[in-house]
Amino acid sequence: MTFIQLTDVDLIYGSAGSNPGEGTLAVSSANLSIAHGEFLALVGPSGCGKSTLLKLIAGLVRPNRGSVKVDNEEVIRPLKTVGMAFQNATLLPWRNIRDNVMLPLEIVEPYRSRQKEDRAQNRDRAETLLAKVGLSDFADRMPWQLSGGMQQRAQLCRALIHEPSILLLDEPFAALDTFTREELWDVLQELWAFRKCTIVLVTHELREAVFLAQTVHVMSARPGRIIKSRSVDLPRPCTLASTFQPHFVELVQDLRNHIGPGKQP
Amino acid sequence: MSANSLQRLAPWLTAAVLVAAWWLAVVAFDIKTFVLPTPWEVLKALYTYRYALFINGLATLSTTLLGFVVAVVFGMALGIVVGSSRLAYSALYPLLVGFNSVPKAALVPIFVIWFGTGTVPAVITAFMLSFFPIVANIATAFATIEPELLEVMRSLGASQRDMTVKIGIPRSMPYFFASLKIAVTLAFVGSVIAEIVAGNNGIGNVMLIASSNFNVSLVFAALFVVGIMGVGMYAIFDIFERRMTAWSVRGSATLQQFGG
Ligand SMILES: Nc1ncnc2c1ncn2[C@@H]1O[C@H](COP(=O)(O)OP(=O)(O)O)[C@@H](O)[C@H]1O
Ligand SMILES: [Mg+2]
Repeated sequence: MTFIQLTDVDLIYGSAGSNPGEGTLAVSSANLSIAHGEFLALVGPSGCGKSTLLKLIAGLVRPNRGSVKVDNEEVIRPLKTVGMAFQNATLLPWRNIRDNVMLPLEIVEPYRSRQKEDRAQNRDRAETLLAKVGLSDFADRMPWQLSGGMQQRAQLCRALIHEPSILLLDEPFAALDTFTREELWDVLQELWAFRKCTIVLVTHELREAVFLAQTVHVMSARPGRIIKSRSVDLPRPCTLASTFQPHFVELVQDLRNHIGPGKQP
Repeated sequence: MSANSLQRLAPWLTAAVLVAAWWLAVVAFDIKTFVLPTPWEVLKALYTYRYALFINGLATLSTTLLGFVVAVVFGMALGIVVGSSRLAYSALYPLLVGFNSVPKAALVPIFVIWFGTGTVPAVITAFMLSFFPIVANIATAFATIEPELLEVMRSLGASQRDMTVKIGIPRSMPYFFASLKIAVTLAFVGSVIAEIVAGNNGIGNVMLIASSNFNVSLVFAALFVVGIMGVGMYAIFDIFERRMTAWSVRGSATLQQFGG
């Protein structure tokens, strides 16, 4: 059952409306349909419009052509049922980790108007999530006391606290070292099993995409369109051991071939 | 002596060295008192005119703080507006910079024409000199919020007010307190200038009368009083800053544990 549907979407940055010739065509004729509870990965070269596609889904930008529908409704303003996480953690440095995680509850209804009554419950909610990502002992710490990987774990908690139905992740692990990143694959996989929301993950790491996603979409260079979609038929949950299996390697190579030739030495 | 206590003593040491050099120069070159008095003569003037200096010092202090408080309120509001919207930024910021380059002393006679002599022009001049750093710092803090953070907030359906209250204001606090330290010293400059040009009381007025009587020791004593008040206010806001924005000085927080 389709949950998110993009149909023939164009997005042009910096077009003042009158003259569509100028401006940057960031996304061109994008078609994408995402099922309820699906874990989808978007890969493609840098600057091809991956972040833009996420913004389109979140309703942060409106398409110049085509339509974006979530739950059969045209997206015309920012959705409130999304959680977002980015490459840099953007935690608020003046709040401890627990209060950072609870930020969405101060914004999104119905939590917002019930903050006072539900204070204890909301704390529990934050601490449950923090426990899930292994940060139980860090709830009272300040962000700068945490390593990069821990900050990303906290950011995932913040993105999930208001129980969004869609989680949009924009290269969340790109700034981490390989070991930390692989640890976080497991964390994310577990969170997905725990919450069962629809996840769109933007990444430039093919192994990450194959490890986590059920479907991988490859985008062309700008203007970005989806040139290849491939479902990943690996048993879930994926483990680090399975990344060395021939089938995993074959999937990664197949995707690599669609991105175009790498730089020759 | 540990590095830490040396650092604490450093400003007193430099002050002492400067005073000693001044004294030596006056004696060595046999400079006349009505040109440059010795520190001792300044001290004597401080004592002799203690009552006038105290009363007029208080007058200057209250004038300064009044102008400063108005500058804080106005500067913060304008800073939020300028920093929150690109349009407001490009519409207002160049004007503010231009305005800030106008020598405020030149405006005092105009204020006198509008408001008469006395306290009002001094309050306005103090305000004029001190609001700009506050506006500039708040606007910078608001304009440099990470775009991703704004996206997170917008995707949650946050209003402009939410962003200002939850992100903008707390984020601008370190910038704000840093600017208060600068602004309060500039406010002193403003009020004293106005008192010299058009005051009928205040430290600036004392300096005007003293210099027309060639009582240079008293001029220096008055300068000293202004300096002390400026350093005092600076120190108060410095303590405020440390208290309110401890999260932004994480480096020194860890250093202190080892400082002993
Ligand atoms: N706010 C913007 N204004 C103008 N151009 C933009 C803006 N955001 C992105 N772009 C341009 O659109 C293209 C796609 O950007 P983006 O979606 O961020 O790519 P990706 O995330 O795949 O690296 C890039 O060429 C980028 O320069
Ligand atoms: Mg991007």
